[in-house]
Amino acid sequence: MTTTSTSVETGAETTARRRQALVRNRNGIVLGVMVVVLSVVAYQWDGVQTTAVTARTVREASPLILAALCGLIGERSGVVNIGIEGQMLLGAYSGFMAASYSGSLLVGVVAAVAASALAGLFLGWAAVALRMDQIIAGTVINIVGAGVTSFFYVAGRTMPRFPQWSVPGLSDLPLVGRTLFAHGPLTYVAALMVLVVHIALFHTRWGLRTRAVGEHPGAADTVGVRIERLRYVNLTLAGSLAGMAGLALIQSAGAFDRGMTAGRGFIALAVMIFGRWRPTGVLGAALLFGLFNAVQAQLQFKQALDIPPQFFGMIPFLLTIAVLAVAGVKARPPAAAGRPYDPE
Amino acid sequence: MTRSEATVTDGPEPTTGTPASTAAPAGDITATMAPDGSPWLLEVRGLTKRFPGVVANDNVDLTLATGEILGLLGENGAGKSTLVKMLFGIHQPDEGMMWLNGTEIRPAGPGDAISRGIGMVHQHFQLVPPLTVAENIVLGAEPRKRRLFDRRGAERRVREISERYGLEVEPSDVLGDLPVGIQQRVEILKALYREAQLLILDEPTAVLTPQETDELLAIMRDLAASGVGIIFITHKLREVLAVTDRVTVLRRGRSVGTVDTSSATTESLAELMVGRSVVLRVDKNEAEPGRVVLDVRDLEVRDDRRQTTVRGATFDVRAGEIVGVAGVEGNGQRELVEAITGIRPIHAGTVTIEGFTVHGHPRSVREHGVAYIPEDRERDGLVGDYSVADNLVLTEYHRRPFAGHGLRHPDAVDHLASELVERFDVRTPGIDVAVSTLSGGNKQKVIVARELSEDKHLVVASQPTRGVDVGSIEFIHNQLVAARDRGSAVLLVSAELDEIFGLADRIAVIYEGRIVAVCDPATVSREDVGLLMAGGQPSEPVAAG
Repeated sequence: MTTTSTSVETGAETTARRRQALVRNRNGIVLGVMVVVLSVVAYQWDGVQTTAVTARTVREASPLILAALCGLIGERSGVVNIGIEGQMLLGAYSGFMAASYSGSLLVGVVAAVAASALAGLFLGWAAVALRMDQIIAGTVINIVGAGVTSFFYVAGRTMPRFPQWSVPGLSDLPLVGRTLFAHGPLTYVAALMVLVVHIALFHTRWGLRTRAVGEHPGAADTVGVRIERLRYVNLTLAGSLAGMAGLALIQSAGAFDRGMTAGRGFIALAVMIFGRWRPTGVLGAALLFGLFNAVQAQLQFKQALDIPPQFFGMIPFLLTIAVLAVAGVKARPPAAAGRPYDPE
Repeated sequence: MTRSEATVTDGPEPTTGTPASTAAPAGDITATMAPDGSPWLLEVRGLTKRFPGVVANDNVDLTLATGEILGLLGENGAGKSTLVKMLFGIHQPDEGMMWLNGTEIRPAGPGDAISRGIGMVHQHFQLVPPLTVAENIVLGAEPRKRRLFDRRGAERRVREISERYGLEVEPSDVLGDLPVGIQQRVEILKALYREAQLLILDEPTAVLTPQETDELLAIMRDLAASGVGIIFITHKLREVLAVTDRVTVLRRGRSVGTVDTSSATTESLAELMVGRSVVLRVDKNEAEPGRVVLDVRDLEVRDDRRQTTVRGATFDVRAGEIVGVAGVEGNGQRELVEAITGIRPIHAGTVTIEGFTVHGHPRSVREHGVAYIPEDRERDGLVGDYSVADNLVLTEYHRRPFAGHGLRHPDAVDHLASELVERFDVRTPGIDVAVSTLSGGNKQKVIVARELSEDKHLVVASQPTRGVDVGSIEFIHNQLVAARDRGSAVLLVSAELDEIFGLADRIAVIYEGRIVAVCDPATVSREDVGLLMAGGQPSEPVAAG
C-alpha cells in the first residue's frame, strides 16, 4: 500500500503513472516496435510489396477496430454483445441499399448507422427490460441479420464508391504515406473513434459510470447512477459503431455481398479480448489481425508457395483460436458482463 | 436482570428516559424535539412495511440525535435491514412517517436519500474493485473540468475529507488491492463526500479483524464527535456496548425497546433481542482429554496463488477437548483447515487422524470419521438450489439406506431429514424447500445437523457462527460442546476472540502460518492472545496448556 501524500498530485506522480502504463503494455509495445522495424527492413528489400501489405493491414484493421469498439462499449457497460456480426451485416446492407437507391453516400451512411443502432437498441431492450440471456439475444441478432440481408439481397446493384482521401504531402512519403495517409473516410473514422472512445471511457463522467456499471452495477445503483438508461444509451451508440464497421467493409469491397462479414464480428470479439477491453489495446490487436490478413492475402496473390490459397485464408481464424486460447486464460472481462442486473 | 416480553413490548420505555417515544400523543403528525430542544436528526414513527406473507416492519419508532450513535439490534429477520432500506429509499414504507431535522422525508430512491444527507455503508461493499479510491468515492457526483472528469480535483477533494475526519486513504490506489478495513473507510468516505449528516452502518464489523474493528469503532466516535448521527447495525453485543449511546432493539419487525447503553449489559440486550433469557457464557465442564486424534506435524500448505501460507504448523487435538485456533484472518487458517479435511494438497509435513495419514482426498478423510463445518457455508457447505433434505444427506447420499443399486431412496432421506430438522431446531417451512431460502442461522443449523448428528472422531469447525443470530449461536456452541463431551476431538477456527475464549479448552495462536503459542484460556489474558495474533510477544511468557 502506498503512503498517503498530503500534497496535490505532483509532476513526479504523473510520471510514475505514465511509467506504470508503459510497463503494463510492454508486450504490446515490444511487438509494435518489432513490426515497424521489420516493415522498414522489408521495405528496403521489396518496397512495392511491403507497402501493399502495410496499407492493406490498416484497411483490414478498420472494420475490426470499429466492431471491437462496439463490443467493448457493450461489455464495459455489462452487456455481452455477440450480435456484432449481425449488426455489421444489417448496417452494411442498409447502407448499401440506401446509397444505391438514393445515389447518395450520405444517405447510405445514415441508413447504415441507424439500422445497426436499432439492432443495438434491441439488444438493450432484451438485456435490460426482458433480462434475457445476452448470448441468446445476440444470437437472435446474428440470425436475423444474416437471414434478412440474404433474403432481400438484390444482385447486380451498384452504389457510389467511397472516395479515397489522401492527405496532401504526407501521402507521398515512402512507406508511411500509402500506409497511413491514403485511405477511405471510414479508416480515418476508425482511428478517430479509438481516440474518442478512449477519452470518453477514461476521462469523462460517462466513462467512469460506464465502467462502474460494467463491474459492479449495484455500487453504481446505490449512488444514484441510472443503470438501465446508461445501458440503453451505450448499446445504441455501440450499435452505430457496428454499422460503421459494416460500411468499412463496403468501402473495401465496393458493394454489399451476402455474408460479406465472413466472421469478422466474432473476430472483433477476439480483438476486444486481446486488447484487454481498452480502446488502445483494440487498436493494437486489430492491426495485428489486419497484418496477418494482409500477409495471407499477399501470399495468395503472389502464389509464392505451392500451397492452396485456402490454407492462407485460414490464418486469421487460426490466429483467433490461438489468441482466445492464450490471452483468454489471463483475460479479465468486466465483472458484470453478461449478467442481467436485478436491483433486489 | 429479568424482564417479561409483555412489559417490553407493550409498556412505555422500559428502562430509561428517552423522551422521544413518550413525547408525541397519538394522531400528532409533527416531529418531536430532542432533549436539548432542537429537532431530532432523525425521527421515525409508526413505520410499517409489508411484504407478501410477512410484516417486515410493524409500527417501528426510532429517534437519533445529532452526534449520537444509535445501536440497532435484532436477530436475523427481525427487520433491521428493511428499516434502513426504507430510510435509504430502497423500499417505500406502507405506513408511518420519517423526519430529518424536523422536515418530513420520504426518500424515493438511494439518490434522493443521498441528496438529503443520508449515507449508508452496506453490509456487502458497494465498491468497484478496478477503479481507484477517488473514483469510487466520487462516482455518481463527479467533479468536472472543461467537460471532462476532473480526476485530480476528485483526488484533492478525497484527500481533504480523509484528513478532516482522520480516515487515512491514498486516493490513487486501486481499490481492489486494498485490505477490507481500508475498503470500508472508502465506503464511509463515500458517504462523507456526499455530506451525509446521518450515516447508516449495516453490520460493518462482520468482515473485519479485531484490530480493524477497534479502528472502526474509534472512527465512529470521531465522526459522532464531529456531529454526524450514526445508526449502527450489528449482532455483536460487545461492540454495541463499546460504542453506542442508545440501543433500539427490534424483534419480529417491532421495536421492543430503546435503552441507554450505560444501563445495558450483554445479558439484558440479548434477552431483549431474543425475547427470552439467553446464556451467553457456554456452560461446560472441565475437559477430559484422551488420546491424540488429530496430529499435525510441520505442515506446509500453499494457497491458490501458490504462496506458502501454512509454514510448518505443529499441534495436536485430543479426544474430548476443543482446541481453538485464534488468529487474524489470512494467517493460513483457511489453508490449514482445507489441508486437514483433504480439500487442499499438503505441500510438506503430515496430518494424521486416528492413525490415518491424510493425502488430499476429502471423501477418504470423511470416511475416517471427520465432520467439517466450513467457513463459507454458501460456497462449501450447501448446495443452495437443493432441498433441505438433500443437503442433510450431502455426505451420505450414496450409501445405504439413502441409496442402493444405483438408485436413491427418497423415503429414507425424508425420514432422516424430518428427524434432524426437529432435533436441531431448523426453522424451515418444510424439508422440500430450497436451502437457499432459509436465513443464515438456519442454513448453518442444517450444516451442523448434518455434521454433528453422528459421533465423529474429529470435528473441524471453521467460523461456525459467522453472521448467525444470537439464538442460533447459543445452539451451535452447545452442540460443539456436546460433541466434545461425547468424546470427539474438536478443532475450532474463529476470528472471534469471544468465541475462542468461550469454547476452547486450549488456544492455539496462529500467525503467518505457524502456531506461535498454545495457551490455557483460564490463565492467559485476551490482550496477550491479541498480541500473539499480531506477531508480538507478551512481556511475560505464556503458559502452555
